[in-house]
Amino acid sequence: MIRVVLPPHLRTLALVDGEVTLDVRGVVSQRSVLDALESRYPMLQGTIRDHVTLRRRAFLRFFACQEDLSHEPPDSALPDAVARGEEPLLVIGAIAGG
Amino acid sequence: MSKARVLVGTRKGAFVLTSDGKRKQWDVSGPHFAGWEIYHVKGSPADPNRLYASQTSGWFGQLVQRSDDGGKTWAPMDNKFVYDGVPGTHQWYDGTAHPWEFKRVWHLEPSLTDPDTVYAGVEDAALFKTIDGGRSWSELSGLREHGSGPRWQPGAGGMCLHTILLDPSDPNRIFIAISAAGAFRTDDGGKSWRPINRGLISQYIPDPNADIGHCVHRIAMHPSRPGVLFMQKHWDVMRSDDAGDSWREVSGNLPTDFGFVIDVHAHEPETIYVVPIKSDSEHYPPDGKLRVYRSRSGGNEWEALTNGLPQQDCYVNVLRDAMAVDRLDKCGIYFGTTGGQVYASSDAGDSWAPIVRDLPAVLSVEVQTLS
Repeated sequence: MIRVVLPPHLRTLALVDGEVTLDVRGVVSQRSVLDALESRYPMLQGTIRDHVTLRRRAFLRFFACQEDLSHEPPDSALPDAVARGEEPLLVIGAIAGG
Repeated sequence: MSKARVLVGTRKGAFVLTSDGKRKQWDVSGPHFAGWEIYHVKGSPADPNRLYASQTSGWFGQLVQRSDDGGKTWAPMDNKFVYDGVPGTHQWYDGTAHPWEFKRVWHLEPSLTDPDTVYAGVEDAALFKTIDGGRSWSELSGLREHGSGPRWQPGAGGMCLHTILLDPSDPNRIFIAISAAGAFRTDDGGKSWRPINRGLISQYIPDPNADIGHCVHRIAMHPSRPGVLFMQKHWDVMRSDDAGDSWREVSGNLPTDFGFVIDVHAHEPETIYVVPIKSDSEHYPPDGKLRVYRSRSGGNEWEALTNGLPQQDCYVNVLRDAMAVDRLDKCGIYFGTTGGQVYASSDAGDSWAPIVRDLPAVLSVEVQTLS
């Protein structure tokens, strides 16, 4: 199972506590994880990536295994530790506001 | 017994304020959607328990929330606002062509007769509609595709469609306003639109009398006289007696005719309210005195209403969607400030008191009169 940690506002929106676990088939990539996430929690559609372009929203970042993966192509494989469920994919809201 | 329910959108959440018909003691519920910008909350005239809220965030984009129980519980609805076809470009601040991009919903206007039908005014300026209670949205693209669209440009706050007025006597007639394109009207339910800006004079655009390009801040109408419109423009308070075909200035003796809000007394169609703001670069009341101005003659002759409002060292703003009137007797007037106060008058403006003093900056105020 793939583990995903959402920022607090999106946990509230999705009515979840703590990590989300997802069953992802095929290559575990940003796109396949987000597809699975939005399929299970439709209210998150449009909040992490744009509805039309599917681009990551500008003030969000994807971290895993102490790396910033935000600029990786969406179909690139995520680290093995994420694919094995040993490490979570972190969706992080950018720090802003001073 | 009648009640009033005030729906407040703020920079950090929504609040629901309720009172009996006396409007002296208020219950405060919230924040709902804590931490999110709530641009607007409005109830359906056809079903007062049906509320819609525009919830938005620089991080997470746009959500639309719906309540079926008067604001006690909420559920997220469809948030997919996709322009029809290839949306084209409008002017950017530097005069270059800029692609139309959806940013947020500024205003939600429920139908007068059907709780499942709602209009949404968005930035970049366009009008969307749902007929299934918010489960899906589609654009009324005749407005954006009006031939003048490529010449529209944003005001300082963005190119937002912020005002939607539904004509109670004609379901096919809708008025809208865009900063800074101006006012438009449809007479065929949104298929085709035409600018209604004749008589507006704006010295800040190359042709002060242009057919589009005016920074309209807000339009108000009394439901018994939908052909009479009142407008707070960037500068100038204006009036139209022919459904927007022509406008004349009614700023009269106001201390400044810059401002954002304008509204009409619920029972007196010639009684209107504005909150003068010092200037376009000084967004606070003149002389540090928060004054609502009332005209009982449809403009030109104005009186300052100060009883209960701060008359020194007050430097808040009142944003365009932050004034509303109830339908009780006497008519209640409400407005919210960027300082987080929501002021109410239960006597048509003669006296005022704060319902709440310390909310986040208020973006919008609506009121429902409940029986």
